[in-house]
Amino acid sequence: MTQYILRRLLQVIPVFLGTTLLVYFMVFALPGDPIRALFGDRPPSEAVIAALRQQYNLDQPFWVQYGLFLKNLFTFNLGVDFTGQPIAATLGRIFPVTAMLAVEALAIQAVFGVAFGLIAGLRKGKIFDSTVLVASLVVIAVPTFVLGFVLQLVVGVQLGWAKPTVGSNADWGTLVLPATVLGLVSFAYVLRLTRASVIENMNADYVRTATAKGLSRPRVVLAHILRNSMIPVVTYLGANLGGLMGGAIVTEGIFNVPGVGQKLYQAVIRSEGPTVVAIVSVLVLVFVAANLLVDLLYAWLDPRIRYEK
Amino acid sequence: MATSNVTIDEAGSEERPLLEIRDLAISFQTAGGEFQAVKNAHLTIMPGETVAIVGESGSGKSTTALAAIGLLPENGRVSGGQILLDGEDISHAPERRMIELRGNTIGMVPQDPMSNLNPVWKIGYQVRETLRANGKPNAPADVARVLGEAGLPDSARRAKQYPHEFSGGMRQRALIAIGLSCQPRLLIADEPTSALDVTVQRQILDHLETMTAELGTAVLLITHDLGLAAERADKVVVMYRGNVVEAGPSLELLRNPQHPYTQRLVASAPSLASRRIQAAKAEGIETEELLAPTEAVVEKALSDDVLKVESLSKVFKLRSGVGKSTDFTAVDNVSFNVKRGTTTAIVGESGSGKSTVAQMVLNLLAPTSGRIVFDGVDTSTLNSREIFKFRRRVQPIFQDPYGSLDPMYNIFRTIEEPLRTHKIGDKASREKKVRELLDQVALPQSTMQRYPNELSGGQRQRVAIARALALDPEVIICDEAVSALDVLVQAQVLNLLAELQSNLGLTYLFITHDLAVVRQIADHVCVMQKGKLVETGSTDDVFDSPQQDYTKALLNAIPGASLMLPPVVA
Repeated sequence: MTQYILRRLLQVIPVFLGTTLLVYFMVFALPGDPIRALFGDRPPSEAVIAALRQQYNLDQPFWVQYGLFLKNLFTFNLGVDFTGQPIAATLGRIFPVTAMLAVEALAIQAVFGVAFGLIAGLRKGKIFDSTVLVASLVVIAVPTFVLGFVLQLVVGVQLGWAKPTVGSNADWGTLVLPATVLGLVSFAYVLRLTRASVIENMNADYVRTATAKGLSRPRVVLAHILRNSMIPVVTYLGANLGGLMGGAIVTEGIFNVPGVGQKLYQAVIRSEGPTVVAIVSVLVLVFVAANLLVDLLYAWLDPRIRYEK
Repeated sequence: MATSNVTIDEAGSEERPLLEIRDLAISFQTAGGEFQAVKNAHLTIMPGETVAIVGESGSGKSTTALAAIGLLPENGRVSGGQILLDGEDISHAPERRMIELRGNTIGMVPQDPMSNLNPVWKIGYQVRETLRANGKPNAPADVARVLGEAGLPDSARRAKQYPHEFSGGMRQRALIAIGLSCQPRLLIADEPTSALDVTVQRQILDHLETMTAELGTAVLLITHDLGLAAERADKVVVMYRGNVVEAGPSLELLRNPQHPYTQRLVASAPSLASRRIQAAKAEGIETEELLAPTEAVVEKALSDDVLKVESLSKVFKLRSGVGKSTDFTAVDNVSFNVKRGTTTAIVGESGSGKSTVAQMVLNLLAPTSGRIVFDGVDTSTLNSREIFKFRRRVQPIFQDPYGSLDPMYNIFRTIEEPLRTHKIGDKASREKKVRELLDQVALPQSTMQRYPNELSGGQRQRVAIARALALDPEVIICDEAVSALDVLVQAQVLNLLAELQSNLGLTYLFITHDLAVVRQIADHVCVMQKGKLVETGSTDDVFDSPQQDYTKALLNAIPGASLMLPPVVA
């Protein structure tokens, strides 16, 4: 087991180098001059531009730029962005916010998705089931920005139940609305996945055997139907955590959440290579960690799966 | 007293029956309307008695038993009659009452040990929750005791393992432990051993018999195997299409079946048929006469060995750590010859290596050492084009008629596919060929437009046979080709295979665990155990005078083997 985890962690190295190189190259290849773009309609003197270029190594060829980036990375010196702020400090500010948002969204979709999915599955073909299925289809069909603006207007502004925007003071309470919007889409998938899994498992032979043993209905449902149905659902949720950590550009934009999505968007617009690559590097690590977590969870949930060493 | 209708000898019984089923009718709500699965079922079980319900799949035998423990599927309901448990009608009892009864009054041992244990819980946990739900002591020591009593060795340690770490036989012991853990008064055993090897089957049934006798538990045994029923039960109830057609004391019913269906069942039960051949032999009837379809072929079989297997071995490497591996010898120095136009059976239990031999003969798996010579050519020397040709001449039929047909292909496309793959004929001639093939396997030509899920197991296996025949092969490898079928259907398919053999001069290599089937179809038998060939010879020699202890054990384990029956004229 330990060897398995070590082997998986070693795989991070080529994945990390590959993705950063790719992202760095793509930012490098973006058309336009990032320095000139910074100043808009009133270009500074050529001397200033040259100085800035030198400061950000933009006058160097691609491989040198990438090499310098790696060197800085391994000496824990991420440098400063175009506004002069240390990139490390920016990362330290945006990632906790997005992590909070992601965890809250995940909790919402897990709790409601599994609960509704279980009930719908057990009552397959009944009114509750049909209603939930149609409702979840509507949620899947409506784009996030529509859902986001509608909830912001109705719940945030008209009803006043939650803060319509987050701003600089993000905490669990202020993030409820964006987390709900973010969670809703995957909620529908979690619900459907749970429902399908419950329907498959409730007709399994071992469920009938469990009933024949004289177990009470709640016990059969929890220990035998739900427990076995969680295997694909937990896997999906785990994989989703990685996606949510990548930041939701639209949702964070609507609710003004100072998180990863918003920052990444700005950095891409400004062709800020170092910032983009720094954020993406962290995301790569998050994704790899999330995937490893899913695989380990999977083995824990299903004892038939055991990783060799 | 074998009476062909309703009641079973109730006169003079002072005891009250433990379970009495009267005029039971069960219907299922399906998309096509109401379907009557059980129309008219009756049976009586006295305390401590063993009663078997015999019938083919769809006869309503399992449905009747499930109704007795309140486990009918959601769309099923008792539409008439009574189920009296110790005088109390439980046919419409509320779920709360059934939960009280299940486990400690009525226990169940289900059919398939592979799917009836929850894969995510340890065995001990699954025993423990049963004890706890029925208010019995459930400390780890109690769990170990219950498992130990069911014949599970080293039960305290075993309780900490998961089902997938158990063999089929051990899982079935665990399920028996669960079924009997709360000392129920009635145990419903639904085909408890049909998924197991014969020798394991025998051990488990023996053990079950001992345990229920000690506890005084009455047993309702559901089986499709008449031989097994007669051997294990005091009384046999025969069900056919939802009706109880005959009931009575086991031996009497077998010796003197009244209802035509029972007569057919007795006649085609393979385990009994094999005895019948021997009994007939004693009376001077030539065995060949009874095996008529193969007779003509035996004459044709010259000394022409179409297939020679020479010192064949297969060693699998099992990973046991990084860079380390242990060798597992699945097939160990096996040699045999198959004469053209005859049937050779390879018999053995699961794990004996018989299917590995089949895969190597089919050239799907490379042998570690040894040679397979087909029609004078070593198959390992063939290049890819020659292998393609070889496949035309050697075709397989597999065990699972559900899994070996593509559900998205209709029957025409299924049978036509090999012809198209081998670029034989044009569209019209291929269609003609498919029609001929369907005739050969006795399926109506209208079957062409249907899909596998619309056919029964026997029909699907006929389709698989037609597909195998499409390329006019010389050798057909049947890997457990009839194991998944009901006895009557099995008999039909075996007859079909025998008929095709005599008409087309086919050679069969028959892989099976079922000695009774071997007796019916094979000319030569190879008995395999743990990768080695332990005995080989003509079918008569092996059956009449088995040389090896293992072969004797296999023969003794055939259910019903101990019953002496006079020849039945069916």
